[in-house]
Amino acid sequence: MAAHLKKRVYEEFTKVVQQQQEEIATKKLRLTKPSKSAALHIDLCKATSPADALQYLLQFARKPVEAESVEGVVRILLEHYYKENDPSVRLKIASLLGLLSKTAGFSPDCIMDDAINILQNEKSHQVLAQLLDTLLAIGTKLPENQAIQIRLVDVACKHLTDTSHGVRNKCLQLLGNLGSLEKSVTKDGEGLAVRDVQKIIGDYFSDQDPRVRTAAIKAMLQLHERGLKLHQAIYNQACKLLSDDYEQVRSAAVQLIWVVSQLYPESIVPIPSSNEEIRLVDDAFGKICHMVSDGSWVVRVQAAKLLGSMEQVSSHFLEQTLDKKLMSDLRRKRTAHERAKELYSSGEFSSGRKWGDDAPKEEIDTGAVNLIESGACGAFVHGLEDEMYEVRIAAVEALCMLAQSSPSFAEKCLDFLVDMFNDEIEEVRLQSIHTMRKISNNITLREDQLDTVLAVLEDSSRDIREALHELLCCTNVSTKEGIHLALVELLKNLTKYPTDRDSIWKCLKFLGSRHPTLVLPLVPELLSTHPFFDTAEPDMDDPAYIAVLVLIFNAAKTCPTMPALFSDHTFRHYAYLRDSLSHLVPALRLPGRKLVSSAVSPSIAPHEDPSHQFLQQSLERVYSLQHLDPQGTQELLEFTIRDLQRLGELQSELAGVADFSATYLRCQLLLIKALQEKLWNVAAPLYLKQSDLASAAAKQIMEETYKMEFMYSGVENKQVVIIHHMRLQAKALQLIVTARTTRGVDPLFGMCEKFLQEVDFFQRCFIADLPHLQDSFVDKLLDLMPRLMTSKPVEVVKILQTMLRQSTFLHLPLPEQIHKASATIIEPAGESDNPLRFTSGLVVALDVDATLEHVQDPQSTVKVQVLYPDGQAQMIHPKPADFRNPGPGRHRLITQVYLSHTAWTEPCQVEVRLLLAYNSNSRIPKSPWIEGGEVSPQVETSIEGTIPFSKSVKVYIMPKPARR
Amino acid sequence: MPEIRVTPLGAGQDVGRSCILVSIAGKNVMLDCGMHMGFNDDRRFPDFSYITRNGRLTDFLDCVIISHFHLDHCGALPYFSEMVGYDGPIYMTHPTQAICPILLEDYRKIAVDKKGEANFFTSQMIKDCMKKVVAVHLHQTVQVDDELEIKAYYAGHVLGAAMFQIKVGSESVVYTGDYNMTPDRHLGAAWIDKCRPNLLITESTYATTIRDSKRCRERDFLKKVHEAVERGGKVLIPVFALGRAQELCILLETFWERMNLKAPIYFSTGLTEKANHYYKLFITWTNQKIRKTFVQRNMFEFKHIKAFDRAFADNPGPMVVFATPGMLHAGQSLQIFRKWAGNEKNMVIMPGYCVQGTVGHKILSGQRKLEMEGRQVLEVKMQVEYMSFSAHADAKGIMQLVGQAEPESVLLVHGEAKKMEFLKQKIEQEFRVNCYMPANGETVTLPTSPSIPVGISLGLLKREMAQGLLPDAKKPRLLHGTLIMKDSNFRLVSSEQALKELGLAEHQLRFTCRVHLHDPRKEQETAMRVYSHLKSVLKDHCVQHLPDGSVTVESILIQAAAHSEDPGTKVLLVSWTYQDEELGSYLTSLLKKGLPQASS
Repeated sequence: MAAHLKKRVYEEFTKVVQQQQEEIATKKLRLTKPSKSAALHIDLCKATSPADALQYLLQFARKPVEAESVEGVVRILLEHYYKENDPSVRLKIASLLGLLSKTAGFSPDCIMDDAINILQNEKSHQVLAQLLDTLLAIGTKLPENQAIQIRLVDVACKHLTDTSHGVRNKCLQLLGNLGSLEKSVTKDGEGLAVRDVQKIIGDYFSDQDPRVRTAAIKAMLQLHERGLKLHQAIYNQACKLLSDDYEQVRSAAVQLIWVVSQLYPESIVPIPSSNEEIRLVDDAFGKICHMVSDGSWVVRVQAAKLLGSMEQVSSHFLEQTLDKKLMSDLRRKRTAHERAKELYSSGEFSSGRKWGDDAPKEEIDTGAVNLIESGACGAFVHGLEDEMYEVRIAAVEALCMLAQSSPSFAEKCLDFLVDMFNDEIEEVRLQSIHTMRKISNNITLREDQLDTVLAVLEDSSRDIREALHELLCCTNVSTKEGIHLALVELLKNLTKYPTDRDSIWKCLKFLGSRHPTLVLPLVPELLSTHPFFDTAEPDMDDPAYIAVLVLIFNAAKTCPTMPALFSDHTFRHYAYLRDSLSHLVPALRLPGRKLVSSAVSPSIAPHEDPSHQFLQQSLERVYSLQHLDPQGTQELLEFTIRDLQRLGELQSELAGVADFSATYLRCQLLLIKALQEKLWNVAAPLYLKQSDLASAAAKQIMEETYKMEFMYSGVENKQVVIIHHMRLQAKALQLIVTARTTRGVDPLFGMCEKFLQEVDFFQRCFIADLPHLQDSFVDKLLDLMPRLMTSKPVEVVKILQTMLRQSTFLHLPLPEQIHKASATIIEPAGESDNPLRFTSGLVVALDVDATLEHVQDPQSTVKVQVLYPDGQAQMIHPKPADFRNPGPGRHRLITQVYLSHTAWTEPCQVEVRLLLAYNSNSRIPKSPWIEGGEVSPQVETSIEGTIPFSKSVKVYIMPKPARR
Repeated sequence: MPEIRVTPLGAGQDVGRSCILVSIAGKNVMLDCGMHMGFNDDRRFPDFSYITRNGRLTDFLDCVIISHFHLDHCGALPYFSEMVGYDGPIYMTHPTQAICPILLEDYRKIAVDKKGEANFFTSQMIKDCMKKVVAVHLHQTVQVDDELEIKAYYAGHVLGAAMFQIKVGSESVVYTGDYNMTPDRHLGAAWIDKCRPNLLITESTYATTIRDSKRCRERDFLKKVHEAVERGGKVLIPVFALGRAQELCILLETFWERMNLKAPIYFSTGLTEKANHYYKLFITWTNQKIRKTFVQRNMFEFKHIKAFDRAFADNPGPMVVFATPGMLHAGQSLQIFRKWAGNEKNMVIMPGYCVQGTVGHKILSGQRKLEMEGRQVLEVKMQVEYMSFSAHADAKGIMQLVGQAEPESVLLVHGEAKKMEFLKQKIEQEFRVNCYMPANGETVTLPTSPSIPVGISLGLLKREMAQGLLPDAKKPRLLHGTLIMKDSNFRLVSSEQALKELGLAEHQLRFTCRVHLHDPRKEQETAMRVYSHLKSVLKDHCVQHLPDGSVTVESILIQAAAHSEDPGTKVLLVSWTYQDEELGSYLTSLLKKGLPQASS
């Protein structure tokens, strides 16, 4: 109520001011709106105490100010500033000035003089700091104005000697943001003294206050970001700051050193206390490496992160980071890694069973041991062992980046990455597995390393296992024992976690195709064939057996001698698997058999692929046959749609195209069918009941067009036009049907108008594409537009009807790459007979795990829908963090859906499915799902604004009444 | 000359019975009060009579600090406080306070009940002793008295292990106790800020060792256990009840969790259960992972690890058993070992060092046939593994800590003399600080130069500020004032105020000097010439020619008079107050050089 009253007060006062100012009559236009500045002025005049004034200012700051009234407001604020004695109010005014000067469309140069003016008379340090902040806002708003910049820099330099750290901080910030970039530009003009901003800032590296030191370094970094080339001399200054007492200074200094090292990588710097010289980047690398064992973890993270991006560093420095000379009682000891390597190369597998297996060997010269290496020694060893997982992750990332640029380093860091697979924190494990995958083309795993890698397959976390499968897909294995080991472990994994089936098969597919020669000697053993005896035929439905076959068949693809080792049933199984799991089993050239598909031979280019040809031909056929009699057209369309659908099922790579074209043809078919209805000839009142078909067709076409527009990735503008065109036709159809079924003209007026607006909209949106739409429905429609605009609804309907009939069938150009968005719900599996019991009114969490393919921006589009048996539908928005991105075009949704309901007497099934939400444009009315989880009263097969794109899964649930 | 004196009563060039006396700025502190495991006679406890021959210990010692609960750091505490007699405060961290009495009681039981020693401390003594304990938090500054303060830092050796900073005025000593610079599964790494103590007393157990990454060790351990369990074998891990045992439990527990293993893990009951209870309680003392996840689940609430019962040893199928004691010399671990030794599927993993003569040492050195009591011969078919899990800093870690703390000098304890020698040399070479390694009973004396704070009056400071430019941190400035020493505090005030405060009258002190000038002219002219000369030379100062013929430069008076004997020589009388000493002496030397001829 109070707020309401206050508003009133404002309004009234505003009016008074208007009248006063009308006498001046120069700024009449601006004053037609209630002036904000006036209200503020009056408030401030009313304020009796500083606290009051502060309140008014705070209130004022909550509302935005229009660009044109900013200046007035600023004047009033300044006026009060001069009068005000209380520093807190002045501080607020100063901050408001800064905010106001950021207003878009307002040029703040007019208030700069005043701001500088009040700065000179200000005594309070806090207000000074705030004023400098305001100046910074003004300065950044006017980046082109050199004179102002120079003036501001002057002001900043003047206040650099202030005793308060806050003021010095702000001055440095100002210098960093506005300091002149090029000297030559500033030399002209009124002979303003050119200041060497870098030197001024550099002087504050040794300020007594750590906050100022940090600000100085930050300002320097800011200069660098703005494109000013930093002097190399800064390097030495920055190096001194590395041993600062305060972590924020050290952290900033590490960044600065990194920047300089990137600017002058090849410069030569002397090593203190010796005559040698090294490259600057190497020196910086060593220094940053040293910071990896800093006392503060913030600095450690910073240092570890930056190491990754120093690619110019010399290789021997790089390799030192993994080196930590071990010793025991002053005798040299080999690391476990070295021992493993030696055991491996000596042909013996690790015994590890003797005490003193790791007994130290040779004596070390005490003088030669350097316990604190000046260089990079062991930086990563320390980083990877750090207490904080943030540091470990940063170190793993850095390792990854460096290994990607240096194959020899990749080889060396392998042992360490493998070790990270056993970290206590899952994130770190996952990160190291991903890292390993990224560098896997540079490396070959040794057997003992593979052993450790494979041990992780038993991890209970699904993410880890799948990441590991992903890794195995692109790993090089050196021996056949390695392959065997991998297979055995994968099969073990399969028995332990049967849900991993698909992922494991895929993994074996790549493992096989990468190592055909290593698989070859294993084949008899794997298939358990015997030279003399026939062995029992394995069970074809055993996932483990399929896994073995997938490995072998993929290896056999490039190894022609392999099929000779197969037994009869293997060939049979091949034929079966080739058909049922065509994405996993490649086409093989088998002796004594015709090739199942000759397409695989490399001589034939994919364009001449017969299935592709078939697709093209069948489409051509449809497009050429536009003038056949309706009956023939319909049949042809029906056949073609059927063919396309089947083709899509058979050839996964063509599925997108086939489905897309089939959908389009289906739309056309529906349209033709609707127009063929006899009812058009019947007098309107007679077919009230029969109109269902036509209106249903219109509705379905609309749905299909939405699907075409939003469910396929890779749809280009060319297609969008056609889709929209089809939708327009559907709308026309709807209009006609309504016109014929409704009596009275009144509702028609609105509909006609809306339709015409849409036509207009279409024209505006796709004006560039209109020439392609020759002879089409819209083409004709636009010709008649002037007439339609003036005619009565009944006439409009008539014209539309004839035009719909006459319009031709538009050719849909196929896009290069098109994929249909699809989703598979892996969990819940929907086979459980045990109902999920929970107390009604409370919630139960249902784990949902689904894979999404070719969904763009799933975080905002994918929703989960729950349908209750009583017809309630519920929409759930998964959190963005629930989506993982295992590969390009693929997403994984792992989330929890909360179910709740009032009590039931019997357990019943709810349906869970995934929806793809779309929001094409403003024409589509906002659908209720915008309000999260709102329950809509009636069930529809398709809610407007969303497309179901997964099969629904049934979950048995049982809400029980709560016990009292 | 102020100094810090350090005398190790134990742990000087030795491992065991840590006990170090520190005298700092007149305060005496005893660091740790441990027993020696190698002795059973008087030598097992430190020689407390060294501290004071006949006086009471309480009068001499200001406080006792215990770094952690291991017996070689706290084992002699009840003896010291109750039997020798000490009533002053004993400082330790909360976990140490909780766990220490359990271990002391255990130690007492073995010594008295098993070995039948007389004249040993009793349970009541342990309780009484613990009543004197003051518990401290990490990073909490505790004022022992007006001047002495102590502060604990995280040491990561065992639960509750701490490093202590002892500080009197501006002098300070840091005692590390045992610490670990590499984090493990349940503890974080030791950390200290850049406190720049005068002396850092550090342990040096692994002075000559640089260890391999802990991950390899862990992996090996887990792999061995996993393999043994997979082939259906039983795994025996003999451990000491506290410290490493928990580390291994966490390791196995998380591994079981991760790999979804089902084989049971058992822990022999007793001591450990009580201790585990405290581990659950002191979550803040553990590492990042445990601290972060304890809201969902406390890692010490083991899901897979259950209490062991004697009967379980005969159960079929795989299992893992942690049993005490760690060296297989007696008790439960030996019983289980005897049961399982015959099967080659089984495995025993020794996670630590074994003393010569124990079964553990024998099997580690490869003996396959053991003679047990009663002439039985036990054939060992099971696999024997050795795995070192130790929570001390290695040479690199020690250097790292020294680097972090930036001490003025370092003192090594808790290590072997030969190894210390190496580390000492390294520290001196790389940090360029003094390093000491006293033997037991040997005193190290370190001279210190403590800074003495002096209060300055604001008036004086402002006056000096007004005179010159802003203070520059890098340049010394001259400042005139009076230093008043009163009741052991120092103040710098202006001389006027000092006079007023002390009730003294001001005395004027003037220097006069005669300068002979060869000048035949009259006195007035000479004065005139002096005036013009000085005016030209001293441009910054106010030079005046007074009507009585004398010249003044600021407050310095110059009068010219004819020489009584030789009229050709004029005598210049120069007189100045002592405040203007600088200018006065400059003027005299200037005038002694004579006047320039050109002006005449």
